Amino acid sequence: MLLTLAAASLFRHRARTLLAVLGVAVSAAMLLDMVMLASGMRESFRSLLLSQGFQLRIAPKGTLPFDTEATIANADSLVMLLRARPEIEAVSPVLGGQLHVPLDDGSAVTGAALGVEPAVQGDYELVTGQHPAQPGEIVVNQAFLTAMRRRVGDTVSVAAGYDPQLRSLMGRRTVRITGLVRFIYLALDQRAAALPIATLREMNGASAAGRISLAMVRLRAGSDADREIATLQSLLPLVTLISTAEAIRQVDERLSYFRQLAVILGAVSLVVGFLLVTTLVTVSVNERVGEIAVMRAIGVRRWRIVAQIVMEAGAIMCVAAPLGLALGLVTARYLNSILARFPGLPERVDFFLFQPSAAWTALGLLALCGVLSGIYPSWRSASLPIATTLRQEAVG
Amino acid sequence: MNGIMASQPAVVAVHDLARDYRMGDETVAALKGVTFSVAQADYAAIVGPSGCGKSSLLNLLGVIDRPTRGTVSIAGERVDQLGDARATEFRLRRIGFVFQRFYLMPALSARENVELPLSEAGMKGEERRARAMALLEYVGLSRRERHRPSQLSGGEQQRVAIARALANAPMLLLADEPTGELDARTGAEMIALFERLNADGTTIIVVTHDEELARAAKRTIHMRDGVIVGDDRVRPIREG
Repeated sequence: MLLTLAAASLFRHRARTLLAVLGVAVSAAMLLDMVMLASGMRESFRSLLLSQGFQLRIAPKGTLPFDTEATIANADSLVMLLRARPEIEAVSPVLGGQLHVPLDDGSAVTGAALGVEPAVQGDYELVTGQHPAQPGEIVVNQAFLTAMRRRVGDTVSVAAGYDPQLRSLMGRRTVRITGLVRFIYLALDQRAAALPIATLREMNGASAAGRISLAMVRLRAGSDADREIATLQSLLPLVTLISTAEAIRQVDERLSYFRQLAVILGAVSLVVGFLLVTTLVTVSVNERVGEIAVMRAIGVRRWRIVAQIVMEAGAIMCVAAPLGLALGLVTARYLNSILARFPGLPERVDFFLFQPSAAWTALGLLALCGVLSGIYPSWRSASLPIATTLRQEAVG
Repeated sequence: MNGIMASQPAVVAVHDLARDYRMGDETVAALKGVTFSVAQADYAAIVGPSGCGKSSLLNLLGVIDRPTRGTVSIAGERVDQLGDARATEFRLRRIGFVFQRFYLMPALSARENVELPLSEAGMKGEERRARAMALLEYVGLSRRERHRPSQLSGGEQQRVAIARALANAPMLLLADEPTGELDARTGAEMIALFERLNADGTTIIVVTHDEELARAAKRTIHMRDGVIVGDDRVRPIREG
């Protein structure tokens, strides 16, 4: 009977109910987007860092990986030491640099170069072709390939640098493009290539000999990452060891602006939704104080009246929530496509990552708002003096 | 006491009942110490000019208001100081209300309006529907069960309101100007219905300006300026 009354009340003012549903849906969409934004980047980075199974990253002292152009010296002995440890399954050394490719028209294109050991690398995924197993081989991403105007299988002349005094390219090599790859930690439009680390070192000359920019470490199953970090830190005082958790924490710090923005906007959208439903319920209840007084007079209990009105508010929320969910996902997708063009961001990083927990959080908050928005106006109206209210209604 | 027949127990006993209202800085005394009782199966009409305290008295009898002074007992239970929960329960099970403006729920059908207090009393599904239909049949509206109040005439709406008031078989039916919004013919039908209800054993107290309705009652209580100024027994309680 309460359900019948609640439904009848909502259907009696169809236009108002529809507007309320749309208003709450927009509010819900914004709330969902903000919840997705607040946790999305963190989860996205976490997923990115764990995607290749490397739990530790070793960078020059006091830096994040590729945070500066600093490198680690005597890296070969470092890698050997790491590979000798029983807790460690694999070590992937990486040297960062630049690659210049002179074009036929006299110009040149420049991209990032990663010197890797192809057998253990964790920086790229092969799209087509083969890994650069030999010294004269290279793999590139689509952006670089397009800029070079070359195809997989072509031979190309590359250089590691440009000497402004001699006005010539340095460290020139002729290499064959063996594959098209997608770099995991780089932006989609960032030109990049990977080649054997030994080749890149040779191209860069003495300054790169025996050096790496980063080493990624994969632990054996069952190994304790924190304990291993502590051990390695005592063995290797001149480098910084970063676990995935620590990397996420540092990313968190750098993204705190986004999180704060998301929390504030999310709270605002929640408050807007709450006020919208409260206003609607209050208006609806004020129109029905006579009815409510009659119900009280014939013996309907106060909590049943409150329950009926809370049901009305809840029904608006229940219809609006799925609409808001769909709208939020569409909006998030659109916003993500805009933000993905942010310079330097890895292709795989999503600003708005849909997680069921985020959706449940948003829906739960909305449901709570629906209940709270109905309680006060309904309790107030159900507590009005019955006789006085009926007399006023009769006069009115 | 006025109006009690020795053979009938009192359903309503009112003693020194007073009700003051605050109107800004002034206090208006609507009732100034009313004492009377109504026996079981009686049919009393409370009459008097506007503002004499009739409706205030009815509100106190209906447990939707509290007196400033005095006591009200219904079926032996003091109801003048009941808490909200107990007062609500008392109204649901012991009292039936009929209002001048019918006050049906506009969103519910005739049958659903009658079912409302039955549902509140915990009656379920089929039993509730059957009881509501029986009551609509009693008031002559079984064919209008699906109609909403806006689709019913004033007389029909009042009949639905009476069926609703009778839903939980109350021991006391209170009616506030039940013919006030009806034309003469429909009013006469309503008077006949009240007489039938009383003949079937329902104790009725009506507040009215309608002389025809007052004449149909077995007893007429006259009020003026918040006090009872006359109490006429027209017919004995057992006479239908």
